[in-house]
Amino acid sequence: MELIVASTVGVLTAAGVYLMLRLRTFAVILGLAMLSYAVNVFLFASGRLAIDQSPILSRYGDATYTDPLPQALVLTAIVISFGMTAVLVMIGLGAYLEAGSDRIDIDPASEDADAKDARS
Amino acid sequence: MGHGGHLLIIIALLPFLGALVPGLMIRAGRTVCAISTAVPTLLALAMLIVLAPAVLRGEVIQAEIAWLPQLGLSVAFFLDGLGLLFAGMILGVGLLITLYARFYLSGEDPMGQFYTYLLLFQGAMLGIVISDNILLLLIFWELTSLSSFLLIGYWKHLPEGRQGARMALAVTGGGGLAMIGGMLILGNIAGSYNLTDILRAGDAIRASEWYLPALILILLGAFTKSAQFPFHFWLPHAMAAPTPVSAYLHSATMVKAGVFLMARMWPVLSGTDAWFYIVATTGLVTMVLGALIALFKDDLKALLAFSTVSHLGLLTMLLGFGTQAAAVAAVFHIINHLTFKAALFMTAGIVDHEAHTRDIKRLGGLRHLMPVTFVIGTVAALSMAGIPLFNGFLSKEMMLEEASHTTWLDSYYVVPALATLGALLSVAYSFRFIVHVFLGPERDDYPHKPHDPPFGMWAAPALLAVLVVVIGIAPFIADGIVSAAASAVTGADLDPHLKIWHGVTPALWMSGIAILCGAGLLVLHPVLDRAWIAAPRPEAKAIFDALVAGAVVLAGRVTEIGHNGAISRYLAIFTATAIVLGWIAFSGAGLSEPTRGHLPVPPVIAVGWLMLVVATCFVVLQHRKRFLALTVLGVIGLSISAGFAYLSAPDLALTQISVETVTIMLLLLALHYMPQSSPAESSIALRIRDGAIAAAAGAGVAALAYAFLVRDIETISDFHVANSYEGGGGTNVVNVILVDFRGYDTYGEIIVLGIAGFVIYALMHALLDGPAGRRLKNTDFSQNRSRDRHPLMMVVVTRVLMPIAVVVGLYIFLRGHNQPGGGFVAGLVISIALLMQYMASGFAWTQERKRIEYHTMIGLGVVIAGLTGVGSWLAGRPFLTSSYTYVHLPPIEEFELATAMLFDLGVFLTVLGAVMLMLYSLSRIASFAGETVNPDPMDFDPSGRADQTEGDR
Repeated sequence: MELIVASTVGVLTAAGVYLMLRLRTFAVILGLAMLSYAVNVFLFASGRLAIDQSPILSRYGDATYTDPLPQALVLTAIVISFGMTAVLVMIGLGAYLEAGSDRIDIDPASEDADAKDARS
Repeated sequence: MGHGGHLLIIIALLPFLGALVPGLMIRAGRTVCAISTAVPTLLALAMLIVLAPAVLRGEVIQAEIAWLPQLGLSVAFFLDGLGLLFAGMILGVGLLITLYARFYLSGEDPMGQFYTYLLLFQGAMLGIVISDNILLLLIFWELTSLSSFLLIGYWKHLPEGRQGARMALAVTGGGGLAMIGGMLILGNIAGSYNLTDILRAGDAIRASEWYLPALILILLGAFTKSAQFPFHFWLPHAMAAPTPVSAYLHSATMVKAGVFLMARMWPVLSGTDAWFYIVATTGLVTMVLGALIALFKDDLKALLAFSTVSHLGLLTMLLGFGTQAAAVAAVFHIINHLTFKAALFMTAGIVDHEAHTRDIKRLGGLRHLMPVTFVIGTVAALSMAGIPLFNGFLSKEMMLEEASHTTWLDSYYVVPALATLGALLSVAYSFRFIVHVFLGPERDDYPHKPHDPPFGMWAAPALLAVLVVVIGIAPFIADGIVSAAASAVTGADLDPHLKIWHGVTPALWMSGIAILCGAGLLVLHPVLDRAWIAAPRPEAKAIFDALVAGAVVLAGRVTEIGHNGAISRYLAIFTATAIVLGWIAFSGAGLSEPTRGHLPVPPVIAVGWLMLVVATCFVVLQHRKRFLALTVLGVIGLSISAGFAYLSAPDLALTQISVETVTIMLLLLALHYMPQSSPAESSIALRIRDGAIAAAAGAGVAALAYAFLVRDIETISDFHVANSYEGGGGTNVVNVILVDFRGYDTYGEIIVLGIAGFVIYALMHALLDGPAGRRLKNTDFSQNRSRDRHPLMMVVVTRVLMPIAVVVGLYIFLRGHNQPGGGFVAGLVISIALLMQYMASGFAWTQERKRIEYHTMIGLGVVIAGLTGVGSWLAGRPFLTSSYTYVHLPPIEEFELATAMLFDLGVFLTVLGAVMLMLYSLSRIASFAGETVNPDPMDFDPSGRADQTEGDR
């Protein structure tokens, strides 16, 4: 199970980083969403894995529980990363509508054209 | 804080507080503005005078307020003789300059700005001389560089002013940087950053192996500030400033900060060979060189600037000698130089102001035209020349006396000869100032007919000229302050008796030679001037400019390598660096043995894992088909939430599944307005590079995760589990952590989420008002439009689902404290229920039926959560302490009421409001893009739409 979780984190990270390095906003947003998954699982896993030990206190005497703290932190992280994704989407959309292109890099050709415009 | 300490702090603060006033008072007129500048200075001066008698008796007044004690930084001030002398000079001359500037500045100059800068500078300079903490001193030191930059560049329209300001900032700021290093070393050796402690640790510092680096670094700071060779070149260029600034900063105060620092550090740093050879030699060279250049300058202010350089060299040299008598001479000369040099600068300003030129070759014969100015200028210049009965003579005699018995590398005559040469040149340029400007025949080609200025303008230099004469004739009146300051410098109890006649000493002979030869030199000046102009000599400004240009080119090259405007390149560099650092950390210390076993992997989980990996690969490979990639992304999110559920994290599973839904909806909405596919534009090489980086990053993170998954750790969570029920009143530990143990965190996070909602809303508005809005209006989205926008079945189903979803949300919210659920999840569930209505019947139709604004909801949520936290104050407990009780109402089972639930309500409202506001903002774009509004909850006649769409085609 440990290998499963670790490899999941690894695969998601790799996919996230690869997409993050693409040249279009949409791919970058997908990549960052994947990275958020990876980070959330990673943080969650720092509490170590346990099965059938939910941190819900039992009424019927002693039981062992998994570490609740990473869960609490990840819970807010999930919600915050949603907020972040939403802002990114809006910025990406805005940039596309404003510029007519959703490239994230400065296009050298259009830069030169701008400079010429400014000079003339 | 001892006697007078409070006054000291007020003195330090007054100029800074006062700096706020002139900018406003300028509206009431120029005179009022000047008065409002003079008032804080006058007040500070009055307080200083109150403190003066105690300091002159030898007391040291101290005041300290702790600031960052962990760093050894405190707001500590102390006032001893040296501090008193400098503070008096700063405030006294400041007052005179305020008066002078009132008449000097023309109506077009922004006077409020000028006085504000002036007071800022005054406060910074005052801070330097009374700081008792070297870190604090460094802060003030940098502040003087900054405010001096503002003052030199005050005439923004003059390129010389801007260049001079930049050069001064670069040189003095660079020196300040070196000094920070030196001061930190000093503080490290002494074990304290308090100046008084450091001054006591002189022996330890001189014995330390770090003494020389510290000395050199501190001297770099002092030499750049005090314009010592080879850093002297910035001072003449700083003369582009208005003359009051030149008189105040560049003769009387700021340039003396370096001298002050050397004097302050004298007990600690002096007394070694290194000190003598570095400081005295630099001073000597600067003195002679400055005087030589001054003789050949035609610009009055440039002449005075190089003369200032020369006199600063003289002071440096005296401090470098390291003897007590030399220190006395230095202190006395500081006073004398202040009086005559400030008066001369103001005189030069008056000449410039009246004759509209300060080129000596275009002046001459002003004696009868400007008699008052002539008298003031002559008195001050004679003092500068060192003529008996003026105060400059006294300290110059003391300097020559010291020089006459100083040996330099076993040579008895180098220092005396060069000192005499310096004095000789000084006589020559001082005489030149008098003869070539005021004497000689009256000319008829002045750019402007000169006459004496109004009283207000010559009052300040006249007062200084009176001081020149009074101290020159009766030097004993300065006894008190000189002995107090010199005692503070040397740390010994000195009681010098200043007098005019010392008998026939070597110094008298040297003085005599200097005056006679200096007068002779002036006669030869025309010949020498031609030779000087013809001779090649290095131009400091050209060298400096070339250095700066070189540095700019170098910086440009370095920047272009990593910073070429391509974000993907930065991200690649960033990720690669993180991988390398991670690798270094990993391969460093050996890993401990694994302590945990592996959990078994049931087949279902293996299948789920496989699904997730395949989906991830699919998204990566097919990411250009955006809609497809987005759909598959949902699969990944759902697999993860299933994983959470399996690994004992029901709360996470719930949250993940609901967030996933909302995220995908959001991305779908946004995708509608973006291209549906990405072009393939990265080259194969680039893809391989990115693939390698991504694979390395993934492998690294996986290895790290695996490494800690098979090892145990100490955790603080036992506390949370043990106290969840007793202290927080809930059995769902995760929820109790969120609303109670770490409630403060949660409070911050809901605020962040709310802000994210508002950011999106604001962005949307900004976009729609700009070119993006116009583009949207002109784009035809009808091709993408469904023929059956609001299908009957969906409308009916969502209507039925709505109450069920709301009940589920409520249920999840209420049970959250004890069972999986809570405000976060409930907020998301309800927002999904609402979103379904939006999807089914369209945005505008649903919007009309909304009763409460989402902005309000976010605000309400944050306020409720905050008030719940504050409520615990009423019970006398810390912020966000929760309390709970059990209630028993007859028809239903006993249940719990906790304040934590109120907090959770705040969380719920904020999450709901933020999510809805985000989607609302995206939908606004839809209505802007020409989406029609349907009056009914569903489209009754789909054929109508189809016809219309086909008609368009």
